[in-house]
Amino acid sequence: MSTGLRIVVVYPDLLGTYGDGGNGLVLARRAEWRGIKASLHQALSADPVPMGDLYCLGGGEDGPQVRAAAALRQDGTLVGAVERGAAVLAVCAGFQIVGTTFPDANGSGRAGLGLLDVSTVKGTGPRAVGEVVADITAAGAGPLPTLSGFENHAGVTRVGPGAEPLATVRRGIGNGGGDASEGAVAGKVLGTYLHGPVLARNPALADLLLGWATGGQLVPLDDHEEAALRQERLAVGRRSPSGMARTRRRISRALRR
Amino acid sequence: MRARASLRARAAASAAVAVNWASRRAGLGSGTVAGGRAGLVVDPHLVEKLCVGRPVALVSGTNGKTTTTALLAGALGAGLGGGVVTNATGSNMPAGHAAALAAGGRTGPVVLEVDEAYLPAEVASLEPTCAVLLNLSRDQLDRTSEVRMLANRWRVAFAGGAPVDLVANADDPLVVWAAGQAERVHWIGAGLGWRNDAVGCPSCGEQVTFADAFGAGGWSCVCGFARPALEAWLEEAADGGSLACFADGRRLVVDLELPGRFNRANALMAAVAASSMGVGADEALGAMAQVPSVAGRFTVGEIAGSPTRLMLAKNPAGWSELLDLVGGGTAPVVVAINARTADGKDPSWLWDVEFEALAGRTVVATGERARDLAVRLRYAGVDHATVDDPRAAVAFAALEDGRTAAPVEFIGNYTAFHDLLDHAR
Repeated sequence: MSTGLRIVVVYPDLLGTYGDGGNGLVLARRAEWRGIKASLHQALSADPVPMGDLYCLGGGEDGPQVRAAAALRQDGTLVGAVERGAAVLAVCAGFQIVGTTFPDANGSGRAGLGLLDVSTVKGTGPRAVGEVVADITAAGAGPLPTLSGFENHAGVTRVGPGAEPLATVRRGIGNGGGDASEGAVAGKVLGTYLHGPVLARNPALADLLLGWATGGQLVPLDDHEEAALRQERLAVGRRSPSGMARTRRRISRALRR
Repeated sequence: MRARASLRARAAASAAVAVNWASRRAGLGSGTVAGGRAGLVVDPHLVEKLCVGRPVALVSGTNGKTTTTALLAGALGAGLGGGVVTNATGSNMPAGHAAALAAGGRTGPVVLEVDEAYLPAEVASLEPTCAVLLNLSRDQLDRTSEVRMLANRWRVAFAGGAPVDLVANADDPLVVWAAGQAERVHWIGAGLGWRNDAVGCPSCGEQVTFADAFGAGGWSCVCGFARPALEAWLEEAADGGSLACFADGRRLVVDLELPGRFNRANALMAAVAASSMGVGADEALGAMAQVPSVAGRFTVGEIAGSPTRLMLAKNPAGWSELLDLVGGGTAPVVVAINARTADGKDPSWLWDVEFEALAGRTVVATGERARDLAVRLRYAGVDHATVDDPRAAVAFAALEDGRTAAPVEFIGNYTAFHDLLDHAR
């Protein structure tokens, strides 16, 4: 493996269902554009996980998720790398895997990697699907602009005392435990339910991770296309479903009069 | 009792036709679904009643359904004669089937494109002669099942159901899993360009190994799950076309108006389906050669004064096929992305498409989600412009390019494609 910043996309064959492989590409490009030497490695599940500075885990289906967790526990490299200071972005099924427990297809608890103090159970309500707008609340993430993304999950995740929620949802479901929290962060391990991919929609979050991994200051980039996308998505998010329901009720009341 | 049922079905069919006529008169669109729904309210068993005693073929899979349905309908029309009833508009759920059957003749063959989720139920209720299983990959994950769940539901349906001739793509492990317990399967080497949903073995979860890019070399898993022996497959001919090769030694030229290897593979699947319904593969392929364009796909029309080839790609697998087709050229490319309900509301699949292949071309991003696409193209290293209105985007691409006289290549996902098709002359 080459020198420089080593970015590893973990098991794209198992955890690559929702375009989350894009997160690795965003990180690699944003490093290169700043003149930081970076390599992007796609680590397939049949191979040993390589040593890296920044790991990305994505979303996946129930069966592959169980396999990915088992393989990562057996491989051990990811856990060891985090102990030595590597940064991790874990999305959706990946977020659940880096926690302590997560549900399999039958709802039985499976052991996660324990890199983040969160635990997930199968939700009883409908699947959480839709646009998310969430304000960063975690001190560990520093001041960051509002998060934008798309969620699609059935799990309900509780954040334990060893981690803090990443954000509070303004629109969408997020962790789903009734506290409006979304994602979690502890040290250099950050989990979220947001697809999009999340780093394409939130370049500041990409730079937070790059800063963690490189330990250096990052020069700003021309992100006008990301800014235009964010402006559009955040505007959609401002009309929350409950707001629309209120409008509908008001109209139907007016019509009845 | 039988007379009453038939009366009810006739009334239901009339209701479907009447609602569709009214809908078209009122300018509310083709009305296919509205009429079909009305018919199904009057008689919930309308579709199966109108299929009784007729040769019925169902076509399903993630990509290529509409084209394969049209090719098979063309082949059966030529070979069996009589009016073939088919849902040519691509309305592939029961309401669309009811509308097509109500509007068509009461005898003769039926060829229906079926949404993947509805296939198990329709195989059970319609008892088709044959079902074509093209491929399974990720598509509209915000509203449909994950693709492995779908493959498992197909597998259960085909294991216990009435005998049906399955024409199945043996190069797709998920399709082989889905058809693997059926009694009669014609295994066809139709190829599989997009692999990312097929690498996890559906039988044991280990990694499936593919021998080469298009599947000619087969695939296998350590558990023993592997590509079955082929009854027919596609071979590249020296002139850039394809040959349909059969295990019994026949070799037939596949020469279509429709472009692309994937369409020739669809034709091979349709030819084997036609054979199972009594039309020879050579006669079937001859008839398919006459099909000019299917539901507007690959039509060259004029958009804002510029000749434009209109193409549909709505998921990573479909894109991988089209990039194979347009990737080598120099013509300007307009990509239009919407995210309405029919498209799937989450366009993050754009990051599974290898847009890197378009680097160096004139590329314009458009559609309601042009900004998502623009960011994707930025990270793909593809220089591009963003123009909100799709017609303006085509005009911009033609002007900006200037170098080539070739038609602008317009690739849209479902609603983006159909919106522009309405404007094509």
